[in-house]
Amino acid sequence: MFWFLRRGFASLIMLWVIVTLVFMSIHFVPGDPVELLLSQDGGSADPATVQMIREDLGLNRPIVEQYVEKLKGLASFDLGRSMVDDSSVSAEIARRLPRTLELIGLAALISLIIGIPAGIYAALHTGRSFDRVASYLAGFAQGIPVFVLGTLLILVFSQMLKLTSAGGFVAFSQAPGKHMLLLLMPSFSIGIGLAAIVFRITRASTLEVLPLDYVRTARAKGLGDRRIVLHHILRNALIPVITIFALQIGSLLGGTVLVEYVFNWPGLSGMLVSGVNARDYPTVTGVILVISALFIGLNFLVDVLYGLTDPRVRK
Amino acid sequence: MTGTFSKFKSDQIPAYLLALLLIVSLLAPVLPLQDPLLMDTASRFAGPSAQHLFGQDEFGRDILVRLIFAIRNSLIVAFAAAVLAGIFGTALGVLAGYSRGLTEMLAMRFIDIVLCFPPLLLAMLAVTLYGPGPVTLIPVLAIVFVPSFTRVAHASVLSVRSQDYVEAVRSMGASNARVMFSTILPNIAGPLIVQFSFTVAVTVVLESGLSFLGLGVLPPAPSLGLMIGTGRATLAQAPMLLVWPCAALTAMILILNAFCDDLRDRLDPKSSKIRGQ
Repeated sequence: MFWFLRRGFASLIMLWVIVTLVFMSIHFVPGDPVELLLSQDGGSADPATVQMIREDLGLNRPIVEQYVEKLKGLASFDLGRSMVDDSSVSAEIARRLPRTLELIGLAALISLIIGIPAGIYAALHTGRSFDRVASYLAGFAQGIPVFVLGTLLILVFSQMLKLTSAGGFVAFSQAPGKHMLLLLMPSFSIGIGLAAIVFRITRASTLEVLPLDYVRTARAKGLGDRRIVLHHILRNALIPVITIFALQIGSLLGGTVLVEYVFNWPGLSGMLVSGVNARDYPTVTGVILVISALFIGLNFLVDVLYGLTDPRVRK
Repeated sequence: MTGTFSKFKSDQIPAYLLALLLIVSLLAPVLPLQDPLLMDTASRFAGPSAQHLFGQDEFGRDILVRLIFAIRNSLIVAFAAAVLAGIFGTALGVLAGYSRGLTEMLAMRFIDIVLCFPPLLLAMLAVTLYGPGPVTLIPVLAIVFVPSFTRVAHASVLSVRSQDYVEAVRSMGASNARVMFSTILPNIAGPLIVQFSFTVAVTVVLESGLSFLGLGVLPPAPSLGLMIGTGRATLAQAPMLLVWPCAALTAMILILNAFCDDLRDRLDPKSSKIRGQ
């Protein structure tokens, strides 16, 4: 119990550090941040506008006061208002977040469904053709960037085979079938690279477990192959898979940003990209805070899962 | 994995291919190539011809030449970022591992903070504040990869610092700086070189992603990510405009990855066992 509390506390500290850093980032910019934010059209900004935005962002007040204000806002999930259309950043994020989570969830599922069985099968048949082909494919899948894979999928499946539209979004409540169909290509683009990593780790850890005594004992007891694989090998081989998953969460979230953009999926990333292009500071920091919180939250979840599967780490 | 088919030389192929990429990229400005920015609106979307082997793009620019310069740009950005990250990251790691105590604590906490952000997001935050372009891109990519160098350097220093030869140099009265940089550093170079090659490979991917979103290399400069991004608009008319940069980027990453794996197997005797071979 103590272990979980300590992990949770560490996660909270990390979150606080991120909030503080993101808050500070606008003050790190040399020169006047507001003028810089407005300068994308070239030419200098109108002083009245600069003054207005400075008041909007609270930049005219003392820094400590701004910081306290920001923390208060966050405590009530208020991330400020967009500089472009004055809409609430929190409300927009709340609308888009489920779509991003859906994508991450399905991608993770795809990677496990492909990676784990393939990894075990390859390890049980090392050096055979399946093992070799799968290993080469894994190297390829790990190398190809998500947005390239996504773009090529569009080229083949929507442009050439005309099987599905090039992307977009339909609410699940309106057309569940269409919704899942549109979700398939983006989550596959993210999931396949991850599947390659899961495959490699599962294969390697299965190979490590195979020659161990308890596997031999299980075999000596006369257990069937199926039972040995499921109950003796898989359980132990999965621990490193969980670790690797934790390490990949960052790139999973980054991959989501790119893939959502490729497939026009209206999740957090579309908001982030247009925010960055418009230099809409509240939107960008809002989305980054939420994704970072997600990153920390998922890491914590994986840690807990890890602690549950392997009691030895809870020390 | 490469060794399964034939034991001889086949594992050196990635190194040769990488050398080819580097030489072509280095010599690109002096090779008898067209200007990658030269437009020829009369032959927009022209197919392959004798002058333009891969055809021409939406402004009539030569695709092959643009691909070569794009690879050159992405390698320049990746190497510059990796060198910066390597210098700062290694210095921090060696300092932390050698002096222990408060320095070590501060350095390692700093690393943890940078690692809190998914790399792409950190880069996007910086682009929002400083605007896109290579001047932002290189330092940002460098910061993203400082932690990995620090971790590797720190861990290696910890295992080396109490060795007899380090003790010997110290008892001869060498200064701390001397012990750190001329005794310890050469002995931990192996893992750092491996880390450097990984960083170059990962930076190429990250840079292409940012450029794809329009937040990295700015047009009209040729960049693979940017070419893929703009190629999407003309998907129906000219699919090859998309296929070529996709193929070039993927091939470059695969070559870099294969080279990294190979280098790691050579410099780190433990890794081949981990991979189950």
